[in-house]
Amino acid sequence: MDDSAVIESRPEVIDGLRRLLPARALLVAAEDTRPYECDGLTLIRQRPMAVALPETEAQVVAILKLCHAHQVPVVPRGAGTGLAGSALPHAGGVLLSLAKFNRILGVDRRGRTATVQPGVRNLAISEAAAPFGLYYAPDPSSQIACTIGGNVAENSGGVHCLKYGLTLHNVLRVRGYTSAGEPVEFGSLAPDAAGLDLLALVIGSEGMLALTTEVTVRLVPRPTVARCLMASFADVGDAGDAVAALIAAGIIPAGLEMMDQAATRLVEPFAKAGYDLEAAAVLLCESDGTVDEVEAEIAHMSQVLRDARATRLQVSTSEAERLTFWAGRKNAFPAAGRAAPAYYCTDGTIPRKHIGQMLKSIQAMEQRFGLACPNVFHAGDGNLHPLVLFDDSDPDSVARAEAFGAEILEESVRLGGTVTGEHGVGVEKLNQMCSQFDRATLDAFLGVKRAFDPAGTLNPGKVIPSLHRCAEYGRQRVTGGAVSFPDLPRF
Amino acid sequence: MHDILRTFAERVQAAAAARTPLCLRAGGTKDFYGNTPRGEILDPRVWSGIEDYEPSELVMTVRAGTPLAEVEATLAAQDQMLAFEPPHFGAGATLGGCVAAGIAGPRRASSGYTYGSLRDFVLGTRLLDGHGRLLRCGGTVMKNVAGYDVSRVLAGSLGVLGLIVDVSIKVLPRPRAEATLQFECDEPTALDRLNDWGGEPLPLSASAWQDGCLRLRLSGSEAGVRSAVLRLGGERLPEAVAQAYWQDVREQSLPFFAGNTPLWRIAVPSTAEPLALEGAMQVEWGGGQRWLRSDLPAADIRARAQALGGHATLFRGGDRGQGVFTPLSPALHAIHQRLKAEFDPAGVFNPGRLIRDL
Repeated sequence: MDDSAVIESRPEVIDGLRRLLPARALLVAAEDTRPYECDGLTLIRQRPMAVALPETEAQVVAILKLCHAHQVPVVPRGAGTGLAGSALPHAGGVLLSLAKFNRILGVDRRGRTATVQPGVRNLAISEAAAPFGLYYAPDPSSQIACTIGGNVAENSGGVHCLKYGLTLHNVLRVRGYTSAGEPVEFGSLAPDAAGLDLLALVIGSEGMLALTTEVTVRLVPRPTVARCLMASFADVGDAGDAVAALIAAGIIPAGLEMMDQAATRLVEPFAKAGYDLEAAAVLLCESDGTVDEVEAEIAHMSQVLRDARATRLQVSTSEAERLTFWAGRKNAFPAAGRAAPAYYCTDGTIPRKHIGQMLKSIQAMEQRFGLACPNVFHAGDGNLHPLVLFDDSDPDSVARAEAFGAEILEESVRLGGTVTGEHGVGVEKLNQMCSQFDRATLDAFLGVKRAFDPAGTLNPGKVIPSLHRCAEYGRQRVTGGAVSFPDLPRF
Repeated sequence: MHDILRTFAERVQAAAAARTPLCLRAGGTKDFYGNTPRGEILDPRVWSGIEDYEPSELVMTVRAGTPLAEVEATLAAQDQMLAFEPPHFGAGATLGGCVAAGIAGPRRASSGYTYGSLRDFVLGTRLLDGHGRLLRCGGTVMKNVAGYDVSRVLAGSLGVLGLIVDVSIKVLPRPRAEATLQFECDEPTALDRLNDWGGEPLPLSASAWQDGCLRLRLSGSEAGVRSAVLRLGGERLPEAVAQAYWQDVREQSLPFFAGNTPLWRIAVPSTAEPLALEGAMQVEWGGGQRWLRSDLPAADIRARAQALGGHATLFRGGDRGQGVFTPLSPALHAIHQRLKAEFDPAGVFNPGRLIRDL
């Protein structure tokens, strides 16, 4: 798994970087670049030719221009918490870390915006805005570590997206540079900007269209109060139906999350959230607003959930209790890390109506691949995070986990959904992009890439599979049954 | 490919081969908007109908030629709505034209994401591009980060990248309660209040100041609206009067919009001071959208908008010959040119409508 490609060191590029950067801002030796060999997708690793940690925008521009002139790939990286390998280094490239761009440049209380450098952590923005009764709404589970630059690259979500939107809906402006080092600004502090809405393309482009050096986000008023309702169900299908029933009743919960029994049993010893361990599935359903508003909405939600065959309802009575309810959900990944040597989290999104069916399909896959898979869902959005537990010291277990993950994504596409709701494609889901999109659309994506980065030096090889790759993947799927694991017994 | 779409694709390919511009136009309700339309008309109204709508999924997939009124009536029957409250500007408005124009109505004033810009609610599209390819971008689910978000770029693109064939839109339940409050105040006071209130957890869903009168709409649960009314004070308008008023704001049918004086749309940060330009003003969207009726030279209006951190569009009337939109920086212009070349290399779709040389 290590160094899948030999480092193609180019002395003229290294020398050029040495002239541009102080010694502390350039890493070349293998032992120094190794910490950057992967992001949160640890299954795939690659050391870069060099790691640059610029401290000024002038250095960023100089690095981009140097790499552009030498046709050297540049891979931007924030905190490295991404789960799809979007920040996987290139063997012949420069990994450009924005870790030192970690300043909050300003919080505008009246304008309800914050302007920050890309290396600022997601949660730090809300902390800086808190004295004004404001916060930054998107809250990916990794928010204590992940950075806004990475959030922009991935169009990150979180547990409150249904009501408060994704990164896309909460970023007003991105300033940065093209791969050639030209300054660009997308969006504005006004409600919109002239021309095509290129901001919508740049957000979620996984660092392939422009390098971000400054972000202005929208801040929203913190609701007076939030309460969380926890509902138990005897059947996962009932829980899925309850989600649809809430929406059909005209309710847009601030958060609507589902955990299956395997997930609650996994996290309860760790989080002590008081989850109903006998329930086949638990829904966490949050209401926020004014005190009166929340009281009325909780009553309405309770009625709908009871009618949808909830077997037990519990409403948080204090902020501490609400956070306890959420603690288990937000800590599902660390808990999975404790329960097995390794876990593999995938990220399909499906129409909400298929949630019950999807959970049943995953249960069948658990049998087939011989691996356990607790499930946590952003149920309000239909966004799944199955956690395939496996043993990373056993190549057979690793292969089964990868095949399991791939099959979940294929099933998501079959059900009318997408292979990634919020983690991005990176290198992880390149194959499944061949299933979700036809060649014409993939070619159009390549056209978008060329329009922003004609030389193709900015994070090349991510997101859009080549024609050759899709042909290979198609062949495997036809000859091998389900994906690249022909030796498994099938039924 | 469906026969109708095949006809469209053949038409596009023939136009590309002959380098004949096409003007994508349905009801023509927005002919006034953007740079002057030119080219042979391609009318998508034969491709009409709601393809899929499940209220509990909060998603509707609609063919581009479907009347906007039909979309809204179908949603209303399920107590749902388009969250961006688009203007029709005439009976012939279609959903495709609505998305291509990208214009949101009063509900864009919402301080959070609850309601918002049109592009915020576009989940997926099918696009017929200049190669005659039928592209399927985005999808029908709430969260989808697979591939570049081409669908959302089509919102407000004025058709320059291709013919929008279908759109999947996130829809929302209609608020259970609404109230409109009225306050007498001058423009600086109105801007102060709007920015103060925008920072409070209030269910604001529209605002309009004009001629010494600020009106605010609140939308949400009965309890939420009731407590906001108590918090804000002011004079409450009867609901029928309020609904007619917001529809007039949306459709630009208030007396402010009558007459031939050029109408400028100036988008600025909500906290920007009053424009103080010669002409009548209407302020919307919490201060972020300002309408100006003025005969001042375009350069003066653009300079003022840019000084305030925004941009100015000649929305209606006046001389369209010099380009109605604010020119782009050279780097952004170059990206626009290359995008256009990728999607429409022969330059057949709505040439010049968004950017004069594209």
